Amino acid sequence: MDSFLGIDLPTWWFLLIGALVSGYGILDGFDLGAGALHLFFRKEQSRRIALNAIGPVWDGNEVWLVIGGGALFAAFPLVYGIILSVLYLPFILLLVAIIFRAISIEFRSKEPMKWWRQFWDISYCLSSTSIALLLGLVLGNLIQGMPLNANHEFTGRLLDFINPYAVLIAVTVLSLFMLHGAMYLAMKTEDRLYARMTILINNTSKFFILCFITASMATLIYVPHMQAIFHNHPVLFVLPLTAVLIVLNIRQSIEKRRYLRGFISSSVTIALMLVLFAMGLYPNLVLSNTDPAGHISIYEAASTNKSLRIMLLFAGIGMPLVLTYTVFVFWTFRGKVKPDEISY
Amino acid sequence: MDNVELLSRIQFAFTVAFHYIYPPLSIGLGVCLVFMEGLYLKTGQKVYEELTRFWVNVFALIFGIGVATGIVMEFEFGTNWAVYSRYVGDIFGSALAAEGIFAFALESGFLGILLFGWNRVSPRVHFLSTVLVALGSMFSALWIVVANSWQQTPAGYRIEGEGMHARAVITDFWAMVFNPSSVDRYLHVLIGAFLSGAFLVISVSAWHLLKGRFTDHARKGMRIGLWVAGIASLLQLFTGHRSADVVTHHQPAKLATMEGHFDKLAPADMYLLGWVDAKTQQTTGLKIPGGLSFLVHGDFTKPIPGLNAFNPQDRPTAINFVFQTYHLMVAIGMTLIALTWFGLFMLYRKKLFDTRWLLILFTGSVLLPQVANQVGWYTAEVGRQPWVVYGLLRTSDALSQAVKAEHVMVSLILFTGVYVMLFLLFLYLLNKKIQHGPYVKVEDPETPPSKFNTIAR
Ligand code: HDD
Ligand code: HEM
Ligand code: HEM
Repeated sequence: MDSFLGIDLPTWWFLLIGALVSGYGILDGFDLGAGALHLFFRKEQSRRIALNAIGPVWDGNEVWLVIGGGALFAAFPLVYGIILSVLYLPFILLLVAIIFRAISIEFRSKEPMKWWRQFWDISYCLSSTSIALLLGLVLGNLIQGMPLNANHEFTGRLLDFINPYAVLIAVTVLSLFMLHGAMYLAMKTEDRLYARMTILINNTSKFFILCFITASMATLIYVPHMQAIFHNHPVLFVLPLTAVLIVLNIRQSIEKRRYLRGFISSSVTIALMLVLFAMGLYPNLVLSNTDPAGHISIYEAASTNKSLRIMLLFAGIGMPLVLTYTVFVFWTFRGKVKPDEISY
Repeated sequence: MDNVELLSRIQFAFTVAFHYIYPPLSIGLGVCLVFMEGLYLKTGQKVYEELTRFWVNVFALIFGIGVATGIVMEFEFGTNWAVYSRYVGDIFGSALAAEGIFAFALESGFLGILLFGWNRVSPRVHFLSTVLVALGSMFSALWIVVANSWQQTPAGYRIEGEGMHARAVITDFWAMVFNPSSVDRYLHVLIGAFLSGAFLVISVSAWHLLKGRFTDHARKGMRIGLWVAGIASLLQLFTGHRSADVVTHHQPAKLATMEGHFDKLAPADMYLLGWVDAKTQQTTGLKIPGGLSFLVHGDFTKPIPGLNAFNPQDRPTAINFVFQTYHLMVAIGMTLIALTWFGLFMLYRKKLFDTRWLLILFTGSVLLPQVANQVGWYTAEVGRQPWVVYGLLRTSDALSQAVKAEHVMVSLILFTGVYVMLFLLFLYLLNKKIQHGPYVKVEDPETPPSKFNTIAR
């Protein structure tokens, strides 16, 4: 059996990894966005509430990155090695930022001194911002392709990963996460902090729409294969349009205090962006922007069918469990945040 | 050895050794927490609740750093060892993915409830979360040790392709999972972790007893810690013996290195202490002549292949290092047995809590299992060299092609800086929590926020 329900196994894993990355973007996206907004809150009490809004869940959210990384390693080992080693520096910086975010959340409340808390607040905000930017930078490089020769060897230079297009995507990802994080915080806060959130949502949504339009134009102009996709399937224009409509809807939902609807909207936006990216990529996983023979397709990179099948079974058993705990934990901590003696 | 290889090896060793400070503590502490909270549910005594809460706080700190440093490990396979990742991906990847799905999601999900759920779920559900977190952490160890054991004793695979395109692919999943060393090594690692966690509890309790603070909590903690450690230390001798048996049969060059045995085919001695001079091929020290032969074959005169029976390029280079780390681990193992059982004896005689010198010894003893865990891995991993996958893939062939020495230098400096800072902060905060002791619950839930801020969680 090399296919399941009529879809071949490498494609299944392409979809599954796409789902894991979207799950990560949606879940950790709001933690990262909340972190990036952290310094906009001035009062100690507001910062504590903002931190405790993500307190019980951020670690579980981060696991989606761990699972996504593990799945990429398992299903497409060739690509795992290539992406991570070619983008060596951004990934190392990402790891350092992940460490800093984790310890900032963990350490901040351990001492009452003002300077201590100020330090970890800044570190928390900077590391969350950096994670979002670095993820965007990686995404930007993957969308436009990297210099690989026919043997899939990297022919570029060390700092090639910093280029205008990738930076634009990085800022777009940051803006989207900020909007998403603001939506999440709006669900978890009340009174004065909530009022503050509505202003932030207003501003971040403008910021996001601006970035989104610029990034879309840049993609159409500079990334030929994305252009080709839209050329061949004009219906796909529905996707970016939907994204814009959704964001407009977000602002309306907030005015009507429909937080959950707003939050779902920003989640859908994240998923839509990744769907677009995946459509441009398939059936490749990594594109070469110098030599088409350097593209790596899912079929070339995949593990054996035997291994893919075993892991599909794992995923079939494991993912429902993961979703169950996720729902259970979110349900346990539903409602507005009220810090108490066991909070951060 | 070129610089990329050397630096990548240093970086991997450093980051994984640092990571491995924390997981054994969390795994062991997880088990102790299950006992503490279980006793609370059973007896309803408040001390147990306070004890559990105190250790949950310590657990959170350790766990947080374990997670942060673990993610580095996962991605390092791709960043620094791209060829290795491709080579073993078919096999190793599935273990790592299983770990993420089955273990990390379980522990990280329920951690939120363990830490913050006290007022939100019933005591039973909270206890269930504690059990699930503890189980999750044991599963984490399972898959990663299976993957590592496959590198040590590959099984259930076939090599496909040639030269730079060769890779190992699964032929038999269960043979891969239950490769010759995985069960023994998993048990050995797991019990090593129990010792780590239990000795942390023992050490902190002993310290509180010496200071005469929280004595009620400390006695209860001590009892739990000593029992866990006492049983684990005996089991560890057994699982260690089993591991040595596996090494004998599957990695003979490693065995010869562990005992500094050079002669091609001769009866081998067993050392209690010693020094290996690889140049002159001399091993000197306190030994039982023919001891290794006896352990392996039950006969003091049966020969065992020494290092000279292997091609020079197939032998580990750091021979004395492996010898020392191995012997240190075994020495610590014996010490732990003596220490815990003497402690239990004194407990039985009801003298333990007043014997100051013993309490002082226990306070310092937390370092012993930590050191044993570290040197155990050095033995296993340095003794595996020059192979990344034993007998199949050499370490020097496993590197990322795209990565240059400068890149690794940058990342190594970054990680060193961050980890040193992290370690100092960890010690500072751990010490603070310990000195603060179990937090005796404030009855009034309306305590003003200013007070909350001063209570370290
Ligand atoms: C599943 C894989 C795996 C696991 C669980 C571990 N290691 Fe390992 N280790 C490797 C996979 C690996 C490796 C990727 O295979 C390395 C990198 C280079 C090499 O030769 O082996 C390695 C090398 C390596 C070295 C360097 C040896 C040398 O270069 O001479 C040390 C000191 C350690 N490890 C120590 C540890 C510690 C303290 C661990 C405890 C957590 C550990 N390893 C777990
Ligand atoms: C090179 C090998 C290793 C890799 C790639 C690795 C990977 C990871 C990752 C990604 C995490 C974070 C998971 C999360 O986000 O929740 C983690 C944490 C953890 N790892 Fe490792 N790990 C390695 C070695 C080990 C070993 C040898 C053990 C146990 C014997 C272990 C036990 C744990 C545990 C229990 C945790 C949870 C955090 C904690 O308890 O401190 N790991 N590891
Ligand atoms: C009591 C006597 C002990 C014996 C005879 C023993 C034996 C061994 C052997 C032969 C290995 C190498 C296995 C390999 O290379 O695959 C090993 C590894 C190891 N040991 Fe021990 N050990 C003992 C005590 C301990 C103690 C007390 C600890 C920790 C508290 C410990 C922790 C480890 C660890 C973490 C490893 C590396 C993982 C592995 O390879 O299993 N050992 N031990």
